[in-house]
Amino acid sequence: MPEFLMHDDQDTVGVAVVDIPAGREVTGRSLHGHATPKVKVLMDIPLGHKIALRDFAPGDTVLKYGVDIGRIVAPVKKGEPVHVHNLKTKRW
Amino acid sequence: MNPPTFQGFRRENGRVGIRNHVVILPVDDISNAACEAVAAHIKGTLALPHAYGRLQFGEDLELFFRTMIGTGANPNVAACVVIGIEPGWTQRIVDGIAKTGKPVAGFSIERYGDLQAVAMASRKAKDFVQAAGELQRQICALNELYISVKCGESDTTTGLASCPTVGNVIDKSVALGATASFGETTELTGGEHIVASKAVNAQVAAAFMKVWNNYNDLVLKEKTNDLSESQPTKGNIRGGLTTIEEKAMGNIEKLGRKTKFVGVLEPAEAPAGKGLWFMDTSSAAAEAVTLWAASGAVVHLFPTGQGNIVGHPILPVIKLSANPLTCSTMSEHIDLDVSAILRGEMTIDQAGDKLLEVMLRTCNGRLTAAEALGHREFVLTKLYRSA
Repeated sequence: MPEFLMHDDQDTVGVAVVDIPAGREVTGRSLHGHATPKVKVLMDIPLGHKIALRDFAPGDTVLKYGVDIGRIVAPVKKGEPVHVHNLKTKRW
Repeated sequence: MNPPTFQGFRRENGRVGIRNHVVILPVDDISNAACEAVAAHIKGTLALPHAYGRLQFGEDLELFFRTMIGTGANPNVAACVVIGIEPGWTQRIVDGIAKTGKPVAGFSIERYGDLQAVAMASRKAKDFVQAAGELQRQICALNELYISVKCGESDTTTGLASCPTVGNVIDKSVALGATASFGETTELTGGEHIVASKAVNAQVAAAFMKVWNNYNDLVLKEKTNDLSESQPTKGNIRGGLTTIEEKAMGNIEKLGRKTKFVGVLEPAEAPAGKGLWFMDTSSAAAEAVTLWAASGAVVHLFPTGQGNIVGHPILPVIKLSANPLTCSTMSEHIDLDVSAILRGEMTIDQAGDKLLEVMLRTCNGRLTAAEALGHREFVLTKLYRSA
């Protein structure tokens, strides 16, 4: 079974579908595409939380479902969690 | 393919219900006690206490009457006793419900007092509940159902699995002639352009965007921060959702992949025909489900991630979840576990077939988890302060 899922091949974050401990190399699957990316997870990521699939700098846009879900506000390395501490809405 | 069938209650106006409630409906907050007294006397009746009904005005008052009349008129209700403090607004609600042809009677408390009003209303409620017991379920078809959909305490698993499962049922049911409705206006923010692209034509898309823009303007006017912890909720965030855009994209999965929506409804407005309809609702579960019940929906599909436990007195709410933690720690609230999708052991299409089966069993009379646990959240949407 995959350890993380993406909605679309273009997504720059994946969703952990199990609790993933720091240091593990995991493989994901794309629900509506064919990508099977591998990433080394740098910090513990609980089930349901997002993993960066690339490095981000402040101001970068995050793609999930193949669409813009907000802007990065603190540097993120590939394999780190992406959540409220480093990703903000562009709307409100 | 012929639509699947179930055993339902066909009402005087031809509409189909799946429950046979005798409702004791208070017109106003101060009539709750009398309604609860009647329901305590007469077994098998159901009081629907609520917080409002006094000194409302304008559009807020119109929504109040639409909600009360629609709730009494819902096909899941066999008969209705209405009790209000004074006869005028009581009769207005009675007359609205009476248009369905179902048994309804009104009582007012002024010039009688609670005790005499309760005695008179109890005698009528007794007649209604005995007559309702003789109504028989009949074979009804999926194309006679009105299904509403809304998720709650969403997380990333709802967007991955439980919302697409509902979308699959919407695609299958609407193709077979069912009526359905989605809403949650603010919770489409970030995906509003995608929702607009699912409208049947440009007029409906424009009507949707007008409603969405109005609600978004309200949020922008009233907000004191980025709404973090309100929308997304604290529970959403705990489950891994970060922004409204991300939450909206998961929510929109409930609309299905093929279905186009045919029109835009005011809160609590009944659809004028079959197909999928957008209703302007809040995203708060009990408020939204109450609006759909008032619009005539008879069964509700409710994906949850972290475990929203909402129910409604007359509209059965079917819960599904793909979050394995929620399905194991809150199993008594979950009607269908679709976590196998996350493990790659079940497809969305297979999960949709399972949910369709659970829905039809619920229509046949199987109680939902929320019904068995006594969840009867009846919450009126209030547009602004009373006079």
